[in-house]
Amino acid sequence: MALYSEKVMDHFRNPRNVGVIEDADGVGEVGNAKCGDIMKIYLKIKDGIIVDVKFETFGCGSAIASSSMATEMIKGKPVSEALSLTNKAVAEALDGLPAYKMHCSVLAEEAIKKALKDYYDKNGIEYDPALFPDCDSCEHCSI
Amino acid sequence: MIYADNAATTKMSEAAIKRMTSVLNESWGNPSSLYSHGQKAKETLEEARAEIAEAIGAEPREIYFTSGGSEADNQAIRSAAAIGRSQGKTHIVSTAFEHHAVLHTLEKLKKEGFEITLLDVHENGLVVPSEVEEAIRDDTCLVTVMYANNEIGTIQPIKEIGEICRRRGVLFHTDAVQAIGHLPVNVREDNIDMLSASAHKFHGPKGVGFLYAKRGIRLTNLIEGGAQERGKRAGTENVPGIAAMAEALKESVAKIPESTARLTAARDTIIEGLRQIPHSALNGDERMRLPGNVNFCFEGIEGESLLLLLDDKGICASSGSACTSGSLDPSHVLLAIGRVHDVAHGSLRLSICEDITDEEVDYIIKSVGEVVGHLRGFSPVWRDLLSGKREFIL
Repeated sequence: MALYSEKVMDHFRNPRNVGVIEDADGVGEVGNAKCGDIMKIYLKIKDGIIVDVKFETFGCGSAIASSSMATEMIKGKPVSEALSLTNKAVAEALDGLPAYKMHCSVLAEEAIKKALKDYYDKNGIEYDPALFPDCDSCEHCSI
Repeated sequence: MIYADNAATTKMSEAAIKRMTSVLNESWGNPSSLYSHGQKAKETLEEARAEIAEAIGAEPREIYFTSGGSEADNQAIRSAAAIGRSQGKTHIVSTAFEHHAVLHTLEKLKKEGFEITLLDVHENGLVVPSEVEEAIRDDTCLVTVMYANNEIGTIQPIKEIGEICRRRGVLFHTDAVQAIGHLPVNVREDNIDMLSASAHKFHGPKGVGFLYAKRGIRLTNLIEGGAQERGKRAGTENVPGIAAMAEALKESVAKIPESTARLTAARDTIIEGLRQIPHSALNGDERMRLPGNVNFCFEGIEGESLLLLLDDKGICASSGSACTSGSLDPSHVLLAIGRVHDVAHGSLRLSICEDITDEEVDYIIKSVGEVVGHLRGFSPVWRDLLSGKREFIL
């Protein structure tokens, strides 16, 4: 049995939406190099719709695949929908991740949320802070 | 496929398979049985023991067959600890980058009241003999230092360490799993009291290994039962595996001069080639290393994705990244030589076999360069390094 599903391998080998948006409306970076994965999401938002999204990831195969899949899932979608994207949905869309790699899908969810929060902050849009978990206090990376 | 993970396991040699098959077919009796068919298996077993003893300069009665390197490590350390405790000596000296079979056994002993000193292995991955001497105390019962490191391939000054231990009257064990069959090892000349080895690292089968224990050392049983292995390791012997191990060892040892020359040349070409990748560094001493071992860190990338992409290119390799171990920490070996977490995650180990061709060497260099470049292309860490937001470590 292979370590990863065909879908994970496809997104890992041919990651979608790779790159940078120079004039992004929202940018979110989560993780740290110390624990081996960093995800950075760039969003271009117009009229409440995510018109473009790019990512950069330093990490393992499932981290790269999770970023790729997550960007695909929010591209062209309203901000409200992107906000409700869960790590579970990302993992399911990838036909599952090994249990000890579920963390990678969590990072993808959090990176998107962080980028959306950045967008709200930059544009003075009010929001419920409870929507945005504090990634930095997550125990996973606290080495 | 280019198999460059020989430190993980090796392909069995034709001769070892042949001998194993012949034992399975013809000598399948129980060596403990009295009738001639059983005694034939006993002869096979003792023949293998003599061959193995000869290959490392030991006496046959000093060889104990085990299920592999881990069991041999456990038994050697447990035995020395039991001897030590009976004399009121409960201090053990080892190193920070031993195999987990050694480190975890030492951790258990610590809970049982032993005091453990782990020596620094320095940036080059080498133990300094004078530091062993300084670490030995009146209550030291064992020094255990691996012959060659399984990740970075550094070869320790075993003979000097053994000499110090002998002079100070302390038992000396070495985990020689990566060395046996690859380096000339002689337990007498190297002043070794106990040594662990595993067959599948030198083209023998998996699930079989041996412990060499110098005559007079009282071993502690890990497995109780029958009187096999001079009463020190119960259970019907894995005769086909043991015979195949002996065959593989004979063959490997005979080939050492030839394979060392070939491997060293190929290894050094790969090292030179990978050095051309910017912000990369060789892990472990350049000269005092196993002839087939290459271990690098590449800044700005993570090891698991590197391995997966190399696999796509038909190259089997390994990494010390956290993601390949299932834990959050990268390899304890890389941390022990002072690599910080950030770069330890981006490590690659290539452990080659002497049948590697010049074309394969070139292909490996080219492929690693491509894959590292590809991953850096969308790594936020690499971007930050390039823009000066983050400082280069390598």
